[in-house]
Amino acid sequence: MNDAFLVTLIAATLRVATPILLAAIGETFAERAGILNLGIEGIMFFGAFIGFYAADMSGSLWVGLAVAILSGLLAGLLMALLSVTLGVNQHVSGLGITLLLSGLALFGFRLQYGGRSTPPSIEPFGQLSPFQGIPILETIFQQYLLTYVTFLVIVPLAWWLLYRTSLGLQIRAAGENPEAVDAAGVNVFRIRYLALVIGGGLMAAGGAFLSLAQLGAFTHGIVAGRGWVAIALVIFGNWDPVKVMGGALIFGGTYALQLRLQAMGLQLPVPYETFLALPYVVTIIALVIAGRNASYPAALLKPYRRE
Amino acid sequence: MTTKISIEKTDSTPAWLRSLLPLLALVITFILTSGLIIWGRANPFEAYYYFLIAPLSSKVSALEVLVKSTPLILTGISVTFAFVAGYYNIGAEGQLYAGAITAAWLGVVLEGLPAWAIIPLMLLGGFAAGLAWATVPALLRTRLAVDEVVTTLLLNSVMAYIVSALLNGPWRDPQSGWPQSPEIASAAMLPKLVPRSRLHLGFLIALAAVAVVWFILSRTGLGLKMRAVGLGRPAARFAGVPVERTMLIAALVSGGIAGIAGMVEVAGIQFHLIGDLSPGYGYTGIIIATLGALNPWGVALAAVFFGLIDTGAQTVSRALGVPVYLGEVTQATMLLVTLAMFVVQSYRVRIRRRG
Amino acid sequence: MYIVEMREITKRFGPVVANDAVTFRLAKGEIHALLGENGAGKTTLMRILYGLYRADSGQILVEGREADIRSPKDAIALGIGMVTQHFALVPPLTVAENIVLGYTDGFRLRRAVIEQQVGEAARRFGLEIDPAATVRHLSVGQKQRVEILKALYRDARVLILDEPTAVLIPQEVDALFQTLERLRADGLSVVFISHKLDEVMTISDRVTVLRDGRVVGTVLTRDVTQAELARMMVGRETFGVTRQHEVAQGDVVLEMDNLCAEDDQGLAALKSISLSIRQGEILGIAGVGGNGQKELAEVLSGLRKPTAGRILVKGRDLTGATPAQFSHAGVGRIPADRHEGVVGDLTVAENLALEHLHEFTRNGRLDRRAIQAHAEKLIAEFQIKARPGDKVRTLSGGNMQKVLLARVLSRRPQVVIAPQPTRGLDVGATEYVRQQLLAQRERGAAVLLISEDLDEILALSDRIAVIYEGEIVGLLPAEEADVERLGLMMSGAVRETG
Repeated sequence: MNDAFLVTLIAATLRVATPILLAAIGETFAERAGILNLGIEGIMFFGAFIGFYAADMSGSLWVGLAVAILSGLLAGLLMALLSVTLGVNQHVSGLGITLLLSGLALFGFRLQYGGRSTPPSIEPFGQLSPFQGIPILETIFQQYLLTYVTFLVIVPLAWWLLYRTSLGLQIRAAGENPEAVDAAGVNVFRIRYLALVIGGGLMAAGGAFLSLAQLGAFTHGIVAGRGWVAIALVIFGNWDPVKVMGGALIFGGTYALQLRLQAMGLQLPVPYETFLALPYVVTIIALVIAGRNASYPAALLKPYRRE
Repeated sequence: MTTKISIEKTDSTPAWLRSLLPLLALVITFILTSGLIIWGRANPFEAYYYFLIAPLSSKVSALEVLVKSTPLILTGISVTFAFVAGYYNIGAEGQLYAGAITAAWLGVVLEGLPAWAIIPLMLLGGFAAGLAWATVPALLRTRLAVDEVVTTLLLNSVMAYIVSALLNGPWRDPQSGWPQSPEIASAAMLPKLVPRSRLHLGFLIALAAVAVVWFILSRTGLGLKMRAVGLGRPAARFAGVPVERTMLIAALVSGGIAGIAGMVEVAGIQFHLIGDLSPGYGYTGIIIATLGALNPWGVALAAVFFGLIDTGAQTVSRALGVPVYLGEVTQATMLLVTLAMFVVQSYRVRIRRRG
Repeated sequence: MYIVEMREITKRFGPVVANDAVTFRLAKGEIHALLGENGAGKTTLMRILYGLYRADSGQILVEGREADIRSPKDAIALGIGMVTQHFALVPPLTVAENIVLGYTDGFRLRRAVIEQQVGEAARRFGLEIDPAATVRHLSVGQKQRVEILKALYRDARVLILDEPTAVLIPQEVDALFQTLERLRADGLSVVFISHKLDEVMTISDRVTVLRDGRVVGTVLTRDVTQAELARMMVGRETFGVTRQHEVAQGDVVLEMDNLCAEDDQGLAALKSISLSIRQGEILGIAGVGGNGQKELAEVLSGLRKPTAGRILVKGRDLTGATPAQFSHAGVGRIPADRHEGVVGDLTVAENLALEHLHEFTRNGRLDRRAIQAHAEKLIAEFQIKARPGDKVRTLSGGNMQKVLLARVLSRRPQVVIAPQPTRGLDVGATEYVRQQLLAQRERGAAVLLISEDLDEILALSDRIAVIYEGEIVGLLPAEEADVERLGLMMSGAVRETG
């Protein structure tokens, strides 16, 4: 009984962590380049919707995913236009984009599927089962392809891009000291645009995972604050893709755990919500301990203008 | 002879341009959103009639506009108060719920007391709760220089979990079993301003808040200090203004006002605490504060305008079948267009001929 | 053969002529010092060479060929590198990463490879640097070496160093000089911008002295004495002393006792300053900018806490007091940078009332009539060309300064702290400000004038102190001060402490 519990818990953790991890990696790129993208919640939500809609219309889940990613790229572009080129206050532009994309998604959803009595659904992505037959492994490794890709490709790729390529070097420098980057002859605006566009694509992919893989449907509450969790994870993970992955696993684990405990009818002295709130509280504490200097990208939130 | 066209920053925008901007933003917004209306298989002009004119044409719906704008006025003013001092309070949503929780609790616990006692107590409680929820990020900012944007944002999520824990646990309505708190005492319910409408005392409370904040910001020493800190922190510090203490006061009072927004929704509309008491009023408040350019009356106007859009969106939905979310899209588009215009207006195109 | 020639370079910033037909020639394999006070035009000239500014007229030749340098990229391509006073480094990245930023070929960044390449370059140039070290953890001297290596890595044959020793401790200065001598032996040409005579004498082969935007002369270092250089640097044909008569001096009102303070980087900026000022006296602190003046003004204004020592105002200990406390103790403080001293988007009236708000509020409520009346009175008294309701940022620099002066001087303070009071002002405004300071002196106030303008110091002061590297290296009555003596002290050649 205990074995199975732990095993299914690990499997669920990976599943739950996937969409948030994707979005958090996307936000990591943005913040490393110096932009706080509060549009993340809206981009995820819209990605979930448009992915679902495109898949439904075209009959292909992959088309849905591609369209979702495209929408994320465009959303990142919009954020870049507002906060990099125009230098608009980043909190407001980000929240504006969240409001815009949430509204657009709900608008489109109601328009296309409003009349139905039962919510629309599609056949979601199937899961891969490479270890059929082997007791523990078969459960843990029965995951969506997207989960595999996220953990085994996206995270290492993101790490490699940030730390082992010239582009990554420029992104990191742009978020710390854009003047130095400018003095080195590199275009700060171009770097930030790129980071935001890549980030937007990843965020939308995270949203699409929810509707195309996890649920096979689109609902109002499909994202429900996961975007804000991702922001917490980026800070918690010190803007490092691998550590962010660790944070996502911890979050996924506690989320899956409390779901299971609830299903088992277990009464705990503290409400289940305590586990869910924990990542946020820990992140705030981490911010305090880290102090001002630590890894906080020094140029975060400041538009760059060459005087 | 060469012609050089350059875009330069200019310090003075002609006044005629500046006053035209809101109108221009509105027009551009409508051009952009008309695309959605057409997708919704409706006529844009007809839609705008239902959107903007129809709600104001009947007494019932005009009052509904004011009802919808009430929480927005409060969160907008709350955010304004903080932003003026340069404190970016993104946590109005959580502070609102803190006030809502307190009001829902007091409304039940104080059963038996007359209305003139309960309501002021709920008001005070809501203010205190919102203030309390704003305290930790405010102290972290003023004592330890920890950025308040992220801390206030994260606490919104924490508060959402607190609400969920209460509603799924000790406060679950024993009668219906639904996740909503027990109904507050009838004496705790805010009286209606106009019979047979939903317009309640909360609207006057909101207007009072606007007046008070306006008074503080423009007529008191505290307000001048706050503006100095927000507009020129080094100069304010040099002149002897206690910068950290001023920001702290701004942050705490801002939280309190957002708490009142929560109290007003519980005591005036819902009469219970429910999970989705606020469809993002705290975040919309930030947008409204920006559109109102941090001027209390401008913010109130923007809030009523957003209330109009919310009501109008429902009207359009009923009349033409265009989804009600047109409202949110319009609001967001209006914000983004206005933001872009704020920036664009400070540039001009210079055409120079060199011979 | 000159590797770089700048001919008849003129550059204006508005009405100010920063470089006036300056001709500067750099020979191959020499260390050439550019000597002068602040505002002499040294940095401007080099920024033109590095492509950060464009000259209004004149020519630049690199290795005999005319060059059009529009940006640092062009300068780097021509083999010119510059190390500025504020390093353009990214602290969390490693030394190697900082050096190759924007200068890599290919998409991939192999840590081992770039560290090896940077390490090799460091060895080749004789610079002791660990390529794998994180920049944040380096000392200032090490950071400077990284900046130098950055320039050399891009095949610089000309290296411009702007006041490189300003941030170094003595041992680091020695190390820097050894490095420069090694580089010179390798054929590198160096421009060394400085105001410190002893260093110029030590390291340079030739010296070009600039004053007020013009070249005073170019000499071989070994052919010249410090005294001569000092005179070239600060020499004046005539200067008008506008200080009129003697004023009876009273008690000591401001006393600094072994005052020590650090700058923003944590380095010692003030080293045991002891000074006192009496009623009816103007004490002028002369010195080239960057020698502790900023920190001294901040410590006396309540913006910076001293690390040791005491500040006494009329016997009251105000060490580490807040700005408000200084204000209430009768210390009138003028901000060193008027743009950070006024709140631009507030009105003139509001700015004037800001420092003593409690006098204009009753029960928390602003007495707007009083604020208006106060503003009108001060506008008249101080001839400010503005209305009370004007936003301060629309005012000219001179009028902004008048607002700040009015706010302070209308209180009849007993001490006036005036750092750089006329910087950037036109002739009329400058005259006005100086008259105001003299008027305060007549009134019996003690005035501390900190200025990089020697004319101003000589014109206004009763006594003159010279600050150099955070210490008072000389204190003398104005009558005994002459330009040469002051110049020697200001450039560190002479100390007259006692």
